[in-house]
Amino acid sequence: MPPKEMHENESPFSRKNVKRLLSYVAGKHKFLLTVVFVSIIVASIVAVLSNVFIKDLVDDYITPLVKKAATSGTASVDYSGLASWIRKVGILFLIGVMVEVLYAQIMMVISNNVLRNVRDDMFRHMEKLPVSFFDTHAHGDVMSYYTNDVDAMKNMVASGIPAIISSVITILANLVGMFVLCWQLTIPVLIGSFLMIAFIGKIGGKSAKYFVRQQESIGALNGYVEEMVNGQKVVKVFTYEERAKKAFDKKNEELCKSSMMANTFGNIMMPLSDSIGRVLYVMVAFIGGFLAIECGLSVVTVGVIASFLQLTRAFIEPVSLLSGQINEINMAMAGANRIFRLLDEKPEEDEGYVTMVRCKKQGEELVEVSPEEALQNAGSKDFVWAWKHPHQDGTLTYTEVLGDVQLFDVDFSYDGKKQVLYDISLHATPGQKIAFVGATGAGKTTITNLINRFYDIADGKIRYDGININKIKKADLRHSLGIVLQDTNLFTGSVMENIRYGNLSATDEECIAAAKLANAHDFISKLPDGYDTVLTSNGTDLSQGQRQLIAIARAAVADPPVMILDEATSSIDTRTEAIVQRGMDSLMEGRTVFVIAHRLSTVKNSEAIMVLENGRIIERGGHEALISEGGKYYQLYTGAFELE
Amino acid sequence: MRNSESNEIMIKRLLGSVREYKRASILSPILVTGEVVMEVLLPFLMAKIIDNGIERSDMKYVWRMGLLLLLCMLVCVAFGALSGHAAAKASSGFAKNLRHDMFEKLQSFSFSNIDKFKTSGIITRLTTDVSNVQNSYQMIVRIAVRVPIMLISAMCACFYINTRMALIFLLVAPVLLIALFFVFRYAYPIFRRMFKKIDQMNNVLQENVRGIRVVKSFVREDYETEKFTSVSDSIRKDSVKAERVLYLNSPLMMMSIYSAMLLISWIGAKLIIHGEMTTGQLSSMFTYMMQILLSLMMISMIVVTIVISRASAERIVEILEEEPDITDPEDLEKEISDGSIDFEHVFFSYSKKKEKSCLMDLDLHIRSGETVGIIGSTGCGKSSFVQLIPRLYDVTDGCVKVGGKDVRSYDLELIRNQVAMVLQKNVLFSGTIKENLMWGNPEATDEDMIRACKIAQADEFIGSFPEGYDTYIEQDGSNVSGGQKQRLCIARALLKEPKILILDDSTSAVDTATDALIQKGMTEYRPDMTKLIITQRISSLECADRIIVIDNGRIDGIGTHEELLRDNRIYREVFESQKKGGDR
Repeated sequence: MPPKEMHENESPFSRKNVKRLLSYVAGKHKFLLTVVFVSIIVASIVAVLSNVFIKDLVDDYITPLVKKAATSGTASVDYSGLASWIRKVGILFLIGVMVEVLYAQIMMVISNNVLRNVRDDMFRHMEKLPVSFFDTHAHGDVMSYYTNDVDAMKNMVASGIPAIISSVITILANLVGMFVLCWQLTIPVLIGSFLMIAFIGKIGGKSAKYFVRQQESIGALNGYVEEMVNGQKVVKVFTYEERAKKAFDKKNEELCKSSMMANTFGNIMMPLSDSIGRVLYVMVAFIGGFLAIECGLSVVTVGVIASFLQLTRAFIEPVSLLSGQINEINMAMAGANRIFRLLDEKPEEDEGYVTMVRCKKQGEELVEVSPEEALQNAGSKDFVWAWKHPHQDGTLTYTEVLGDVQLFDVDFSYDGKKQVLYDISLHATPGQKIAFVGATGAGKTTITNLINRFYDIADGKIRYDGININKIKKADLRHSLGIVLQDTNLFTGSVMENIRYGNLSATDEECIAAAKLANAHDFISKLPDGYDTVLTSNGTDLSQGQRQLIAIARAAVADPPVMILDEATSSIDTRTEAIVQRGMDSLMEGRTVFVIAHRLSTVKNSEAIMVLENGRIIERGGHEALISEGGKYYQLYTGAFELE
Repeated sequence: MRNSESNEIMIKRLLGSVREYKRASILSPILVTGEVVMEVLLPFLMAKIIDNGIERSDMKYVWRMGLLLLLCMLVCVAFGALSGHAAAKASSGFAKNLRHDMFEKLQSFSFSNIDKFKTSGIITRLTTDVSNVQNSYQMIVRIAVRVPIMLISAMCACFYINTRMALIFLLVAPVLLIALFFVFRYAYPIFRRMFKKIDQMNNVLQENVRGIRVVKSFVREDYETEKFTSVSDSIRKDSVKAERVLYLNSPLMMMSIYSAMLLISWIGAKLIIHGEMTTGQLSSMFTYMMQILLSLMMISMIVVTIVISRASAERIVEILEEEPDITDPEDLEKEISDGSIDFEHVFFSYSKKKEKSCLMDLDLHIRSGETVGIIGSTGCGKSSFVQLIPRLYDVTDGCVKVGGKDVRSYDLELIRNQVAMVLQKNVLFSGTIKENLMWGNPEATDEDMIRACKIAQADEFIGSFPEGYDTYIEQDGSNVSGGQKQRLCIARALLKEPKILILDDSTSAVDTATDALIQKGMTEYRPDMTKLIITQRISSLECADRIIVIDNGRIDGIGTHEELLRDNRIYREVFESQKKGGDR
């Protein structure tokens, strides 16, 4: 991992970015790249040799043969020398073509590997990012990293890099030739080409800005489209189509502008560098003529000038070829710049070292066992989950995972400005059902977000089975918490796969049992393909309530010691809920449960009810106690039923 | 034959989006031609300077021609720059219009149209595919003009020098053409398949980005990564497969030209010895051959771009050609007389394939201004039932009437403007609260908004935000709570001032007391508005004139609370299940 430094207004061409991109290319392909490098050198040599091909043909074969024909007649000419030379050249050309095939194919494979690696790295990194990243970034924009930005890199890796290498080799080879031939003439060519490169670099730098802007505009457009298509129902209900088109057109126009500017610069580069090259060429001719005629420099003969001009042409060609690549390089760097920005997003912090392991009870002692052994004894009460807590002094302690959750004076704010929770303290003992009640926006969901560490508390402490949750590895903490959210997200795949999402090792029978528990079995059986029905687009064919039932089954199959139910049954009708409730009751048995619900009927049989208002717990206690208290809960409760 | 016909249609459909960029699209090739002509002219001038000027030491001539040469260069650069700009303008403008047309089409799509493509597929089509087409368009108006000119002029020169030897090209050309044809045939289907996989990858991405809370709480990061990497790798595999062949293209060209060169050396040498050709002619023949080689390599590059973009172009045209399921009739009714709703023997199912209807023989008449509650178990068809009114879907059989006329006879926009619906899954968009509310009515004044928010019981919490109505709502409203979201959505719907208001379980996250206030406010504010309230809370139906119980896609009972409590078993059970909570 490259060191992380924060730069503002970083240019896409910063050395760090270039290095990082190259490390992707070089990383796992050192051997292949060596082959490519060698092949390119061979190909360049063949190319240079083919430049002198004609000279050899004429000087070594045709001219002597013509002379011979002139002296002894055409019939006596022996073509065998020419034939063998042609065969030799033919083999040389064949080698040239073969190495070309070789390195082009290798680079093609490498470039596709690089793209895959970049995508995979991004995804792996993205999965580690905190929930807040997803809350604050347009989803379509995030998706654009994987398609548009990665694509932008492709041509540069596949054809740009070989072009750069071969250009540099050709330039150097020709430069040496020029120096050997006539150093006096080489100097003006060098000065001229430096100016040319500087000029092109300047324009290239200017266009880089537009390429960056283009990639960003594409991302923004992607974001907008994603949001609009996902909210299509609302768009239709509000006949927002025309306004959506207008807003889209605005973003579209921006993209068009930046794309036009970027491409214009890119397109101008070639003709510009071509004509600078031509000027250089003419300049050499004039200076050479001047040196030969006016200064009478003996080294500069007409023959030298002619050969030198040839070399100048061969020297300039790759320079202008390189400038043609600037478009692709700019685009690639613009894409890479965004990609690296995603890769540099700070991942969720996880300094936890307490892990959850399988243990066997031996009297009072807990002894760690292998997962296989635990699996074999799945039904046995002696096998339990335990927190494995390594201490600083090198000792290990095992604590059984019971689901005891304590909050001490917890404060929290999403943005560091507006405080959402104040001094929240509570203690959920194992098996207890704690309900959060309160007006919308009082902070109920926020508390659960803190327990599973989607967000980290600003102040205070949360302990899980007596262990500070910051010390518990996030993955294990979350494994121990089941959650059912109000917005159900299902994944493309069969119903069975969606339920199994809760526990990948669950058998079909276990999944069906979980579905029965959640009362989802009946409707699933009625689906055209039962449990094999494939859900697409977040299960649009199902009703909201049916989706929630699947989500409950999914949580049930995970079988965690602590459950968080955030409006889990809000979209289920009360009659079904009453049935689900029975399943839920058995699901909740022996577990610590946090329930958020508006329907007080759902909440009533909780051991402890926390009434929240503006981020504070204003009342707490059992149902009876709170009713007799006659406070806020009483008002809510009676308010709910005064309508009858 | 059919294939070429469909190609023609596809190209026509695409070119229909060039529109105002026609000028730039035509200008670009003309300018390129100018540039190439100048380029061809330059060496000619150089030769003149050397032959007539330097050889004869005519400095005056050298200066005169030198200036002309410089002028030509400047003109050449100018043509190059202008054509570069024109090509950039034409191609980015074309791309813009394509996106515009696709998005416009998209807005007319029904849900089944969208389901067909999936969100992820639509997004790739709008960006990646359009970029591909843009690239190849730019290539066509620029390089594809330049290369044939270069190629033809070089060929002509070859034929001019020695016709018999130039015939060698005729041997090489068919080999190249056949090879190109096979490359195209082989690579194209793989690219099409690859694009489908890119859609799949986007789908995984989208589900992860949207469902990150689920992924994280089940600690399924590795599982998802595996899912992603397998798609990502299959994209790589296809890409390698297709490009393997594409990248053989240019060596093949080189090979052909090299063979031609060797043939020419052999035959040329003989011809020279026999005195039928000069050495100078042979060497210029080689110069032109190199030019031909370069042009052919360019052509193979163009072919590659076109192969890729053809697959993309087809995907774009698929969207442009898709027929929206729900369309307006010929003679539109321009006015909705009142808010009465009639369902006449309505059958409905989401897809034609499904045998089981979601709604069966629904017959129901609702007076204008009536408040009707709808209750029923999960998945019974409540939501489907109300979605037929603003024509989010069309009935399979029977008809739905609003204001006494079939909903399908109204202008689609009219009916949707007069029927406000608060959906079960509430969607807010990134933007300020004000902007979100404006969805309901773009001309709404601040007073209108505050009034609507007061009725929806949203004004109070909006006021508690430091920036009030200008508070920025993140995508999907992730920074407001579920209940707040629902109330904003209700306010947004109220701003439409509709004749019919449908609340589809839209107060489920609002506490009962607030819910009651919202109901009361609405009744007082617009007593003439027809209201349909889907709910699971019987308490929400206190002000309903009638309550409908739906079960399994059929009406199980209609009546007042008392009537249903007496006659309807389901209603009684629902009531009991909620009452029980209250009694204990």
